[in-house]
Amino acid sequence: MGFMTIDGRKVEFTDEKNVLSVIRNAGINLPTLCYHSEVSTFGACRLCTVEDDRGRTFASCSEVPRDGMVIYTNSGKIKKYRKLIVELLLSAHCRDCTTCVKSGECVLQDLAHRMNITTVRFQNTREIRPLDTSSPALVRDPNKCILCGDCVRACSEIQGLGVLGFAFRGTDAMVMPAFNKTLAETGCVSCGQCRVYCPTGAISVKTHMDEVWEAIADPDTRVVAQVAPAVRVAVGDAFGLDKGHSVMGKLVAVLHRMGFDEVYDTAFAADLTIMEESKEFLERLGQGDKLPLFTSCCPAWVKFLCDQYPEYKDNLSTCRSPQGMFSAVMKEYYRGYEKNQGKKTFVVSIMPCTAKKMEILRPNNFTKGEQDTDVVITTTEVIRMIRNSGIEFATLVPEACDMPFGFGSGAGVIFGVTGGVTEAMLRRFADKHDKATMDSVAEAGARGDEGIKEFSVTYQGIPLNVCVASGLANARTVMENIKSGKKHYHIVEIMACRRGCIMGGGQPPRAGNRTKSARRDGLYQADNVTSIRKADENPLILSLYDGLLKGKVHELLHVDSY
Amino acid sequence: MLDQSYYEKADEIIDYYGRKASSLIPIMQDIQGEYRYLPGELLTYVAKEIGVTEAKAYSVATFYENFSFEPKGKYIIKVCDGTACHVRKSIPILEALQKELGLSRKKHTTDDMLFTVETVSCLGACGLAPTLTVNNEVHPSMTPEKALELITELRGDNV
Amino acid sequence: MIIENRDALLKERELAQKEIDSFDCRILVCAGTGCVASGSEKIYEKMKELCQDLPGVSVEFQKDVPHIGTVKTGCQGICELGPLVRIEPLHYQYVKVSEEDCLEIFQRTVLNKEPVEHLFYKKGGQSYASPDEIPFIAKQTRIVLENCGKFDAESLDEYIASGGYDALTKALFDMTPEDVLEEVDKSKLRGRGGGGFPAGRKWKQVAAHKEEPVHYIVCNGDEGDPGAFMDGSVMEGDPYRLIEGMTIGAYATACHDGYIYVRAEYPLSVARLRKAIRQAEEKGLLGENILGSGFSFRLHINRGAGAFVCGEGSALTASIEGDRGMPRVKPPRTVDHGLWAKPTVLNNVETFANVPGIILKGADWFRTIGTEGSPGTKTFSITGAIENTGLIEVPMGTTLREIIYDIGGGIKGGGDFKAIQIGGPSGGCLTSEHLDVGLDFDNVKKYNAIMGSGGLVVMDENTCMVEVARFFMSFTQRESCGKCVPCREGTKRMLEILERIVNGEGKLEDLDTLEELAAMVKNMALCGLGKSAPLPVISTLKTFRKEYEEHILEHKCAAKSCTAMRKYIINPEFCKGCGKCAKNCPVGAISGVRKQAYHINPDVCIKCDACRENCAFDAVYVEY
Repeated sequence: MGFMTIDGRKVEFTDEKNVLSVIRNAGINLPTLCYHSEVSTFGACRLCTVEDDRGRTFASCSEVPRDGMVIYTNSGKIKKYRKLIVELLLSAHCRDCTTCVKSGECVLQDLAHRMNITTVRFQNTREIRPLDTSSPALVRDPNKCILCGDCVRACSEIQGLGVLGFAFRGTDAMVMPAFNKTLAETGCVSCGQCRVYCPTGAISVKTHMDEVWEAIADPDTRVVAQVAPAVRVAVGDAFGLDKGHSVMGKLVAVLHRMGFDEVYDTAFAADLTIMEESKEFLERLGQGDKLPLFTSCCPAWVKFLCDQYPEYKDNLSTCRSPQGMFSAVMKEYYRGYEKNQGKKTFVVSIMPCTAKKMEILRPNNFTKGEQDTDVVITTTEVIRMIRNSGIEFATLVPEACDMPFGFGSGAGVIFGVTGGVTEAMLRRFADKHDKATMDSVAEAGARGDEGIKEFSVTYQGIPLNVCVASGLANARTVMENIKSGKKHYHIVEIMACRRGCIMGGGQPPRAGNRTKSARRDGLYQADNVTSIRKADENPLILSLYDGLLKGKVHELLHVDSY
Repeated sequence: MLDQSYYEKADEIIDYYGRKASSLIPIMQDIQGEYRYLPGELLTYVAKEIGVTEAKAYSVATFYENFSFEPKGKYIIKVCDGTACHVRKSIPILEALQKELGLSRKKHTTDDMLFTVETVSCLGACGLAPTLTVNNEVHPSMTPEKALELITELRGDNV
Repeated sequence: MIIENRDALLKERELAQKEIDSFDCRILVCAGTGCVASGSEKIYEKMKELCQDLPGVSVEFQKDVPHIGTVKTGCQGICELGPLVRIEPLHYQYVKVSEEDCLEIFQRTVLNKEPVEHLFYKKGGQSYASPDEIPFIAKQTRIVLENCGKFDAESLDEYIASGGYDALTKALFDMTPEDVLEEVDKSKLRGRGGGGFPAGRKWKQVAAHKEEPVHYIVCNGDEGDPGAFMDGSVMEGDPYRLIEGMTIGAYATACHDGYIYVRAEYPLSVARLRKAIRQAEEKGLLGENILGSGFSFRLHINRGAGAFVCGEGSALTASIEGDRGMPRVKPPRTVDHGLWAKPTVLNNVETFANVPGIILKGADWFRTIGTEGSPGTKTFSITGAIENTGLIEVPMGTTLREIIYDIGGGIKGGGDFKAIQIGGPSGGCLTSEHLDVGLDFDNVKKYNAIMGSGGLVVMDENTCMVEVARFFMSFTQRESCGKCVPCREGTKRMLEILERIVNGEGKLEDLDTLEELAAMVKNMALCGLGKSAPLPVISTLKTFRKEYEEHILEHKCAAKSCTAMRKYIINPEFCKGCGKCAKNCPVGAISGVRKQAYHINPDVCIKCDACRENCAFDAVYVEY
């Protein structure tokens, strides 16, 4: 608590952990390339350096606010140095901005522009290194790396994986996996958080937009889209609409106009997942076997568990993820000439997630030897495709999804936020569907931004211990607690990305705290305005069980093994 | 593939220092001391045994000059290029050695695995500059000629 | 055998002293790195062999020699005169001893107590029998180096006999930890590792963390400045003093584990320290319940692995933790959040080595030495263009003139003093106008240099200051950890510019860019090493800007040091037109007609010297 003077203005501060936060809260967007409030302070870019009244310079990210401090964020001296730092970074950086996947979203590009850097006086003498395209989800371009280490800290501190590290030192320093292995050779789970943290184009989403355009252009292909819940709250702000506001209707409209033949809601398949997973849970509970049940919606988490805790594979729900269920059902729906009239069905899944690109290649996401989902594009890619189409998104009249898979309950919609799967399952277990019941389920403990949430509920007189975690470092803590016998749970929901899919590796990056909350609130609002809030009350689901799914529930909705 | 004996030796060293992250550097130093280089497979093994990620172990190993994933020669010659030695012309000594042994700034070890030539910042024997060491034995007041004589002598020991 | 209490220590001392007194003659062969490099090991072997032949006398490696002891001592400080051999109790010091001299020493001095005059140090027609008379030593004030070279650096008994562990005993039994803190604080002892932060204040800050039971004490022995070897000499020459100092520090700041981080290039220091720790443990001077006081302290050694940056505090603790030695942002400071995130005392070797003296003789005594703001002494290593190179210890405030001319014996070959580099690669240059400035922390800082750990490199008119700046920059650049952008990228660009200038390709605007980069790195780098990396450039640009400009505008290197500035010319009067030079030229820069004078094309010439080397008529000459 106290006051400091920033650029001659008296500013109050409360519990900000560093001077940088005080400055930013005071409305000055001091640039940084290596600061993220959720990982440890690195202090390497030095751009947030400020000057005090004695002419002393220090990095504001690591300085504790003190009452009576007098600082200048933009003194002539500091401005000059800051510009020189960015110039130096540019001098050791691939500057093919126009063809860079990150163009327009790159922090470095942004800073160069802000600081009016029009020439770079130094030659780039760094050796040109090959790209790593081995991962199904991500591309690493070492030539664009500025060594801020954000990805290293995200991978080790948030995700507890430590696939990426610094190697060598000085000007030879690089970020890479051990022994410069390709990502595919490491324990990378494709979560994409490194890409979210990367300020430049050094780590980017492996894009599949061209495949989609090609399919759309082919008259003999029926292009079907499924849109995941978290996507709808992360698109609007790219087109000047409110942050976090659900734009599902506009998305459906734009996809139709872009040439998609049918557009569906993955929330529908999430309802299917709830049906299957709650059934599976009750069976396991009855048998007292293979508990806790681990959710299986998140492919990065599934890979993490299979790699790091293979002894717990049997605890994973055998349910396919909503994406997997949807595509399998979709392909089945059009199987046979009678149904497809000779048209090929091409399922495009629009996801907030990079790991989904990896999931569709797993053998257990194939049905009858065929890959169920043809292509995954991330939210970031769909935004680019919309821009590419030239269609004015903001003014589009919303449209509804197609039938017969075009509706998901509110329970399916909240899958996109941590705790959503659990809440949806608890709704399924609830006897009633009135507002009071729904509100009490909402307050059970599944909601909230905490990394690990634990609570108990009672189901038919049986107390159930539930754990909801997001972020793989937290998942590791949960697993170690289970392994050591310190904790006993019945249900464990894990999402690899902190806060769930809304902050997935395929979402538009540079999302600050306001964006994070807005996306979360946006999904809960979308749930609120849906009349049907329980998966088991979705009429489309019920008719599906009576029709297409008859005798095929296991084949289409479950995996045989992990 | 490394011989099993390497892993046994590594186990012995790991047990001595304990299975903890802070043992990483001393363990690597002892392995390097044993084999004159740090076999990559052993680094991976050590990382797993002491509970650090492979990327972390690699990042530490590549940070410090003393670790080398390449096998080093029988005689490791370090030419001091500290201030005092530099002022007293240590670079011509380095160049003479490199020329004689067919080495360069990028190639440090001779193909017959007899010699490795490196530079070192300061050996702490500035009064005797320029100096070099052969397997930690200091040779004072060197000249390019004396360095070449030394090579001949060392080669002679290996006929 | 564990020494169980204070009285037992006194008894131990008597016994040890008696044993030492029983020696008729002790031959101390310097075992410092410098002397070992000059072959002192062979001298030691030889002397041992000779003494062994003496009937009725058993000679062993360390002591336990009934009448004649040959012991290895730490650095005696005059590296250039090595190998040094000292004979006690006669106080003779022999310099530049060769193996052939051993027999003579044995026959004349050991057996007959006569001096071997031709081995005495000679200067200006004068011959000095005793080391204490040599001006190099006589003009110094030795506190930290007191024991170095005077006795066996591997014998704890000798250390105890000479009064060792009196300070620790006093601290443990007559003083509370608070008393010790107070005394050190009062002494105004400042950290000798570079910054000069008051050690007492640092210790008090760590001790104040009462809420945290675990504190650590760490000794920085990662002295990496090229041209500095003070700490190495203390670790080699008097490891016990360092250990005692750390133990006192641990007692004052409630630490039970301490770490000494020793530079990778100091294997002898590691060996000596390990041995000293083992001996101390055996005698109960380290470990549980030291001297029966109830205080426990364990000491560990970490070897560096080749990274200069580990001399920076937070990089050093990261390295002990098994991580990359990359400095971290501060705050939090090491005293609050150091090794394994615990409050940590971090001082360098020399600082700890000062502690026993302060405790034993008191802060008031300590403050009688040196200056008001920087009491005590400072060790320096002087190298470069100076007559006597080596290790010295002088009171703070001693002037450069005294150091260079009185102790160092003046510029080598009687040349003119040009500048002195102080503080290592990230220090600055002081010039003739600073000759009468007393060296202490505050003065040095005032002149844009740093004390660093105390490396002094003397430069004369044959030293090119641009090349010096380039050399230091290439060092800091090579040793940059690569974490922060200013240091990683800034020093790289500075080095590129300096290389251009040295190679004769510089432009005048390069100097502006260089200054711009230097100011930026100085202000924006993360750690102390980065911030001080541009100091050599800043100080040489300020004082020797003319040299830079000459390199750029006139392609001239006044010191005749930069190869690129040389011009190879064939003197037509001497040239016989044999064509040998043209044949030897690797780049075809020489042309001519047989039997007529040849000509070198300066645009093609790479200054490799092949033509001059191969000319039989001395027709090729070099112009600067």
